This record gives sequence, C-alpha cells and structure tokens, in this order.
Amino acid sequence: MELKSHEPTGPIEDRWKEHKAHSKLVAPHNRRKYQVIVVGSGLAGGAAAATLGELGYNVKCFCYQDSPRRAHSIAAQGGINAAKNYQNDGDSVYRLFYDTVKGGDFRSRESNVYRLAELSLNIIDQAVAQGVPFAREYGGLLANRSFGGAQVSRTFYARGQTGQQLLLGAYSALERQIDAGTVKMFPRHEMLELIVHEGKARGIVTRNLVNGKIDVHVADVVLLCTGGYGNVFYLSTNAMGSNCTAVWRAHRKGAAFANPCYTQIHPTCIPRSGEYQSKLTLMSESLRNDGRVWVPRNPEDCDKDPAKIPEEDRYYYLEERYPAFGNLVPRDVASRNAMYVCEDEGLGIGPKIPGEPRRGVYLDFKSAIDRLGEDLIMERYGNLFEMYERITGDDPRKTPMRIYPATHYTMGGLWVDYNLMSTIDGLFVGGEANFSDHGANRLGASALMQGLADGYFVLPFTVGNYLGTIRKTEPLEESDPVCQEALKSVQARVEKLMNAPDPTHAPEYFHRKLGNIIWKYCGMSRDAEGLKKALEEIRPLREEFHEKVKVLPQKGETFNQALERAGRVADFFELGELMCIDALERDESCGGHFRTEHTIDGEAKRDDEHFQHVAAWEWTGDPSNPALHKEELTFEYVKPTMRSYK
Amino acid sequence: MQRALTLYNTTIGKKAVMAASGFILLGFTVGHLSGNLKAFAGPTEYNEYARWLRTVPALLWGARIALLFAVLAHIGSAFQLWKRNKDARPSRYQKNVSVATDYAAKTMYFSGPILLFYILFHLAHLTFGGMLFGEGAMFGIEGYAWEVSNPYNNMVRGFQHWPVVIPYVLGVVALGVHLFHGIWSMFQSLGANHPKYNHLRRDLAIGLAALLTLGNLSFPIAVMAGYLEPTNLTFHFPELM
Amino acid sequence: MKTKNLTLHVWRQDGPDAKGAFETYTAENVNEHMSFLEMLDDLNEKLIIEGKEPIAFDHDCREGICGSCNIVVNGYAHGPQERTTVCQLHMRHVFALGWSEIWLEPWRAAAFPVIKDLVVDRGALDRIIQSGGYISIRTGSARDANETPIPKPISDRAFDAATCIGCGACVAACPNASASLFTAAKVSHLGMLPQGQTERFDRVRKMVAQMDAEGFGSCTNHGECEKACPKGISIDFIAQMNRDFVKAMVTSKHDVEAPNDAE
Repeated sequence: MELKSHEPTGPIEDRWKEHKAHSKLVAPHNRRKYQVIVVGSGLAGGAAAATLGELGYNVKCFCYQDSPRRAHSIAAQGGINAAKNYQNDGDSVYRLFYDTVKGGDFRSRESNVYRLAELSLNIIDQAVAQGVPFAREYGGLLANRSFGGAQVSRTFYARGQTGQQLLLGAYSALERQIDAGTVKMFPRHEMLELIVHEGKARGIVTRNLVNGKIDVHVADVVLLCTGGYGNVFYLSTNAMGSNCTAVWRAHRKGAAFANPCYTQIHPTCIPRSGEYQSKLTLMSESLRNDGRVWVPRNPEDCDKDPAKIPEEDRYYYLEERYPAFGNLVPRDVASRNAMYVCEDEGLGIGPKIPGEPRRGVYLDFKSAIDRLGEDLIMERYGNLFEMYERITGDDPRKTPMRIYPATHYTMGGLWVDYNLMSTIDGLFVGGEANFSDHGANRLGASALMQGLADGYFVLPFTVGNYLGTIRKTEPLEESDPVCQEALKSVQARVEKLMNAPDPTHAPEYFHRKLGNIIWKYCGMSRDAEGLKKALEEIRPLREEFHEKVKVLPQKGETFNQALERAGRVADFFELGELMCIDALERDESCGGHFRTEHTIDGEAKRDDEHFQHVAAWEWTGDPSNPALHKEELTFEYVKPTMRSYK
Repeated sequence: MQRALTLYNTTIGKKAVMAASGFILLGFTVGHLSGNLKAFAGPTEYNEYARWLRTVPALLWGARIALLFAVLAHIGSAFQLWKRNKDARPSRYQKNVSVATDYAAKTMYFSGPILLFYILFHLAHLTFGGMLFGEGAMFGIEGYAWEVSNPYNNMVRGFQHWPVVIPYVLGVVALGVHLFHGIWSMFQSLGANHPKYNHLRRDLAIGLAALLTLGNLSFPIAVMAGYLEPTNLTFHFPELM
Repeated sequence: MKTKNLTLHVWRQDGPDAKGAFETYTAENVNEHMSFLEMLDDLNEKLIIEGKEPIAFDHDCREGICGSCNIVVNGYAHGPQERTTVCQLHMRHVFALGWSEIWLEPWRAAAFPVIKDLVVDRGALDRIIQSGGYISIRTGSARDANETPIPKPISDRAFDAATCIGCGACVAACPNASASLFTAAKVSHLGMLPQGQTERFDRVRKMVAQMDAEGFGSCTNHGECEKACPKGISIDFIAQMNRDFVKAMVTSKHDVEAPNDAE
C-alpha cells in the first residue's frame, strides 16, 4: 500500500485554485450516467448528496436514522468558524489556517487545512442563502464571537443550535434534490459491506432496518460520510446510533485507517448518575468563561453538601496550577486535570457508582453571580442552566454544577488524499469519518466547518475529477460474483450474530465492558503498560462477545434494534483494538493523544523527529496484527512549536 | 395533466370557508340581537321593527339567501373536516390528555349540531309560528293563536312556557360556547394575527360570546320575571302576511 | 436516591398492518436520576436475557435535538414535562407526579404508520419538506452573507420557527392528527427571511397541498401542539401560514399542481 497524498505544490494560497484549474470535468449531459452512493446524511453527507444531485449525478443517499435530518451533526452547539473578518479584528484565511494547524498539534496536512480555511468563507454565504438564521447584531449584520480561546471573533453561531440549523440547511437542499429526482433517499438503511471490484469501490450492501432485507447497490463511486467512532467508549456525547460500521467495513476491504488513537475529550459534560447510563450530555464550553472549577481539598468532604465546604477547603486546581489561563485552559488540559483530581487524587464529587472513583468536579457560578448579578449570568447561560437542571434536578444558581470530561469527537478516521479519496479508488470519505484536517486535536467550532467544506465544496468537485479521469467503469451487475459474495458475507454475519453458541447477554453488556477498557486505558491519558493491558483484555472479550451475545429473532417484520446494536458493537471491538495498537505505537504525546511517559512539566511532549507522520493502518485479516504505513508530514508554513499554557 | 390546486380542496381553504361563513353568521347574530332588544322598548316599537324588515324584500331575501349559503357552507365544510380529522387518527389513544384546549373547542362538534336544531326550533317558534302554536301544533298552547301581525306577542307568549324556554336557553348557551372558540378560531384560520394585538382576539371572543349569550337570555328571563308581558294592542301589518 | 417499581403498559405491534395491543411489564428499581429511555434500556436488557422480545422505540441523540424519540407517556406526547423530549424526561419528574402505572403509546396518526411497537414512519414530514420547504440556491452561487442585512427581530422570530426538530409531537398531540404546526414552522421560517421571498407564496401552496395529501387532519385551533412541542413553537405561526396560503390562493396568477395522494 502506498500513501500518495496528491497534494498540489506551489504557494499554499494557490493550491486549491490550481488543483481545480487542472482537474478533469464531467460534462453536464454525461453526469446522469454516473451512479453515486453517499452513506450518511449529516453535514458532509447531506451536503455532498445535495450538491452532487444538483450537478446532475444520479445519487443514492443512505442513513440509519428515519430521516436525514436526524444525523448527529445536529447536536453541535457552539458555532462554526469562518475567516470572514467581519469584525475587522485581524482575521484572515491564513490566520485560521495557522490556528488550525497549531491547534492540531502539527499532525495535519497543511494543504488540506489551508483549503478548509479558504472554503470557510463560502460556507457562511451558502448557509445564509439557504435561510440558516445565524445570530445577528441590531444593525442586521451577522454576529460573531470568540470561541475556544481564539484571539479573533470568527465564530458564527445560531443560539446554542448551530449544528441543528446548519444541518437543516443541508437537509433542505437534500430534500429539494429528492423532490427533483436526482437523489433517492434510503432512510433506515445501514451499510454493512463495501463492494470492491477490480480495485475500485463499486457499491455497498445494505440492510433495510425496517424489514431486514439485505440488498446490493452498485455505483461508480462511493462516498462515506458516516461520522466518528466515539461510541467505542460506550459513553460519549455521540448519538446512541453513531457507529463505525461503514468505515470499518471499508477498512477491512482495503481502506487504510489513519490515526485512530486521536480522540477528543470535552471537559464540560454532565457526569454519569449511575451504571445504567448510556449517553453523556455535553454542555457548551462557554460555561468556563464564568464558572470556577474546584473539588474539595479533603477526600472526606467529597460527599458533603458543597455549600457547607468552607472556602479554604476548596481546591481551585486549575487556577492554582495554571495561574495565567486558570479555568480557561484548553480542552485537553482541563479534561486531564479533572481526571487527575478524581481518579488519582480521589477528590471527585457526585454520586458513588460501585467499583469506580467518583468522577465529577464542581463548576461554580457563585462568585460570578456575586460579581455580575444573577440576571446577567442567566442571560448568558440561562438555557444551559435549564438543560442542566432538567437532567440533574439541581439548580446551578444554588448548587454548583457537576461536570466531567467525555469523549466528544474523533480526529482519526479513514485515510484520504487531498481529493478526500481513500486508499481504495473510487471510495471517498468526508467529514468526521476521514482523518484529514484536525491533526491530533480539533479546535472548537471547526467540526461543522470541515463537514460542510467537504460536503459542499470539496467532494462534489473531486468526485467529478475522479469520474472525469476514469471516464468509464466496468459494467457491474448485482448478480456479479463480487456483489453476491459481499451479500452472502453480510447474511452470514447477521446469522452469526443471531445464533451465538451460548447466548446469555444483550449486546449492551459487552459494549459497556469494551467501553470501560478503552476509557480506562486509551482515554484521556495513556501509557504503554495500560495499552498492553487493554489489548490483553479486549481480545478475550471479543471472543466472549461472539460466543455469548444474545440477539432474538423478532415477530412479524424483522425490525430488530438489538441486532443493529450487536453488529455495531462487533465492529467497535475490532476498531477499539486498532485504537490501542495505534496509541501504543505512537510513543509521544500530541493533541488528544496524551502518553504519560512523554511530558514536560505535565504537558504533552511531541516527538517530531520520530512521529511527525500520519499512521495509516492496513487491514491484514487479523485484527490484532494490522500493517502500519506512514505518511510523513511536512510543515512549510507553520513551523512546529511547543504548546504551553502555564 | 394534473389538476390544479384549488382553495376549497385544501384543509386551510375549508377552514377559511368556515371562518368566513362563521363571520357572516356572527354578524347576523349581533344584528339580530340588537334588533330584538327593541322588545324592551315596547310592543309597538318591536312590531314596527319587524314590519320594517319586510319593507325591502330584496334586502330580506338577499340576507336570507346569504345566511342560508353561510349555514350550508359552514356545515358542509365542518362535516368534511370532521370526517377527515376522524380518518387522520384511526386508532385512538388509550390515555388521552388535553393540556391546552378548552371545553368550548373540544365540543364544537356538539355545540354546532345543537345550534342547528335550535335554529330550526327557533324558526318554527317565531318565523313559521303555526308549527308550534294553536290547535294540533307541537305545544298546542291554549288560548293562544299565532298572531301573524304581532311578533311581539309570539315571542312573549312562547317564553311563558318552559317547553319553549328550555330549548331556547340551551341553544343560546350552545351559541355562546360555540362562539367562544369560534371567534378566536376565526382570526387564527384567516391568519389575522399580530403580536401586538393577538391578546385582543381572545378578549373579543370572550366579550362577544358573553354579550350574545346574556343578551339573548334577557328575553326569556324578562318574560318569566313578568317584566315583558303580552300586549292587548292589535296590529295589522300586511307586510308580515 | 429514590427508587421505585413501575408498572408499564406498552403498546406492542408487529408491523403496520398487524393488530396492536398493550402488554404489561414491571420496571424494577427505577432510579430517580434515570432518564425515561434509560429505564426502557434497562428493561429491554432484562427482556433480552429472559428471551423476550425487547420493546422497539426510536431514539438517537438523547439530547432533545435530533427529534428521533417519540412516545406518548400517559397521554402526553413526549411525557408530562413541558418543552422536553421524552429522551430528556427524567424519572424524578415522573415520580413527582406520583405515577406508578404508565401507559406508553406510539404517535397515533394515519399518516404515521406503525413500524413496530412504539416506532412509527414519519416519512410524511420529509415529503412535506420535499414539496417546497427550502430556498432554491445552488451550492456555490450564494452572494456574500452580509450583503443583505436582516433586522434582528425578524431574524430572531424566524429562528423561533426554525427550531422545529421534526419529531411530530404536534401531530401526536393534535386531536385531529394535524401537521399544521410542523408545516407552519417551516413556511414561516423561510417566509419571513428576505432570502425566502422569491418562493414564499408557491412554497406555502405546495407544502400545504402535500400536508393534506399525506392524510393529516386539519387544524381546529386547539393549541395542543404548541404545548406538546419540545421547542415551544407558537401557533401564531399557523395563523401566519394560513394568511400566506389564503393570500397565495386568492391572488396568485398561476396555478400549482395538486400532489398525488400520499404513498
């Protein structure tokens, strides 16, 4: 396997322009002759399907939800970055590019990031034209805020529902194409296999979740925009259905998986209240602007009413450890420190879950309320306070909030070149499902930007370039042995899951156990010893899963949510293992990957000499022995420096 | 070629028809009440008013035809929507809770038919009087014959009898309840809304419904209390024949 | 921490044409901090171990934003807490009402055929959007976002309508199973913005026609939808849609086609 990034050369600001100027096109009357498959209908998939349909291609779009509007892009709260410089505060495409490369801890590809920053301008125009109601100033122009510690105000937002509004914009464009007949939508369909014919991605096998029917769909090109794999942790802020099956199936068919160990933890989520909990809720990071983070100094105070703990017994650990940034240290630093005080120092607060340290720290608004008044605080955070109270039953004005970090985003994903094409010809990957733009750590308000840049502006173009280059694909019928084999392999897998030899536990049971292992050893901080232990534990658990998973046949139609779950968990097992292998292999700390062996003053210490590369893993047939390929990264514009927040 | 969309074949169109016809009927009830309040001015004024109504047949019949159309449109669209709404939820909830709606809104399909029967009864009583009074008629009120030229007495004598008063009171209450929801609903269906004045829609509905109910109830009350009595004056109005 | 045993009467139905019926289960040791759906997860896990069919219900983000979840809880669409989807309903709220017996039913509407148990097909809502719930703008042909200033009050009001999550609670709660609030929210959102003016009157005609073709009931102005809506979308938008619609039908110089009846 050879990793060719196909990056254009020359001045970085001209690369995308030049690339477009010299690429192949497909004439309008020929476009309808090509069948395009898009899996996933979030920002990347929905936007790509809509735009490709609009261009005149024949598009089929698949999603597991009952409507494309429900993709988890919808849950993003904060905002979307764009280098519009509407605030005249010195922003530019270059500065957004610079911030993103630096924020990614020098583990992303410069050309891709520059293009992303460039396209951010078009995204805002496109979204506003679609009717996305971004926040506005009284003069009627768009409002911006500074987000995640950025020095410029470049974040566009729509109350706390930016993701929802942007997705509904893409969804409306998609529905328009469905009405026009260029896109055929397949909701409640899950992709379970990729069809590769003569080295090219040529279709997928899906299961209709309503009636259980397994079908072959043949195409000239396949796009995967299926989101991240954060649910490998079991508990994450992802949707319950978010899964890695599509990308994992593609990986098993030859698509390299890049940097699976890069996962992002968000510091301000609502902690678990008990073992039964299966989902964590994120609250906007903006809360840290006014809230003070603390835990009791004495472990015996941990189950006390916080109001009764005197000021001198409160440990404002972020303010003490990072006097310059205090409560506003970056996500990863805030997250790790919460973990240290709870898991290492035993100072966590909140309900006791058997067999676990208390995982929770206080985020206290009392001093902000005293200083600024309750009205102002409610104006800023009222909706978040309401959401918190709905879930926990506590009023943050009276009792300090409890927060804890949770998995939120995965920077790793299928390896793609500059055209967003994977190592399989004709298989394109967009949005969170690819690895390309965020390096080892994603900046706030960049996920929406990447999904839409890929979907609206990159994929429609690079897919055309690919089709224009190959001109014609070999004819492929559904009856072809390649398709039938793929179909049979899916049927066999479904059969296997439904007929485990000793069925005793629901799929959740194993998922929970897998998640515990990954969180413990491959979560916020990692070390070689722990990762080895994780690998030792995952392997037998995977065997046990296949022996003991219990999925019942259903009466009537074969709508079977336990079966869906089981298939996803089976793939998480293999991906989880690869994550740990990758984390073990990457013997440095960078961004979201924090190896305790590699620190300076408790901060991440990169090893650019040995690890300034993308680790792309090739499937070998044995999940425990993948083959590593490296794409070396070069930094011509942004010279690697060390992050420091002391 | 597919058929073009027409206003009346949509649900909103039908609701608009209900609202517009309801508005006509509401206008009639207001006018009707204000005219009848002349009863308190005395039999002569009352009967003179009745006579005057008949002096312009074009107006009278125009109004009658308009009202008839309004009633038919109102009932017709109500029936079509009722059928459609019933079909829209073929299986009922085991547990059914109302959070927002009120009694009036929930009973439109009852208050409507009650009103219809009441109107027929009311017409039988006061317009086609022979059907209720006199020998062999429904109530066969003794010692009283339908006086074609004396609508005042027809009204007062009717309200001296419980069998006439009870349906009348029920009808008037149904009218009030129907209007309580109907007037507000009319604004909503025709899209007459404005954030500044929206609260007035409810106020107006309550005010008008109350006014019409109390106003119409004043007649039987006044009769039963002896405040309005039959008159011995005789009238001769050929226009009423 | 309070725990309680609850009796659940759950609507079970094998498919769209199968006959449904209630089955009774006991949810044991339900913790007050659990969400309503976590209680069902827990019950389902036990059912699977016992070899009984788990209860099918739709859910995804569990943050109250994706609009997947949909259960009528004791007669309340999304449960008794206002402005809260059923995935965000927590048991302490249910306990506070003193309920020990709970009826779980699907969204009931002819336009939402039952797929299984509590899962219904809400494709009709997508088809309403398909009929015109968009602004026709080609990718890449947009002009600069700040070229058209939009007064903040108008933008804010459009946002109030745009918050619709498409869950269908309005249909479930409406005595007539009408989708007026859903349709009105999109019609109003786009119809208020300058970008949406070009198609404003055709949009409302097409969307209303599709809404009718799907077999939803009509709006009779009860206001139940507004109370059930997890985003609290106001029925003022329905009046706004009605006005635009009647105006469009009366004044437009061209026809729009009536859609075929729903699939």
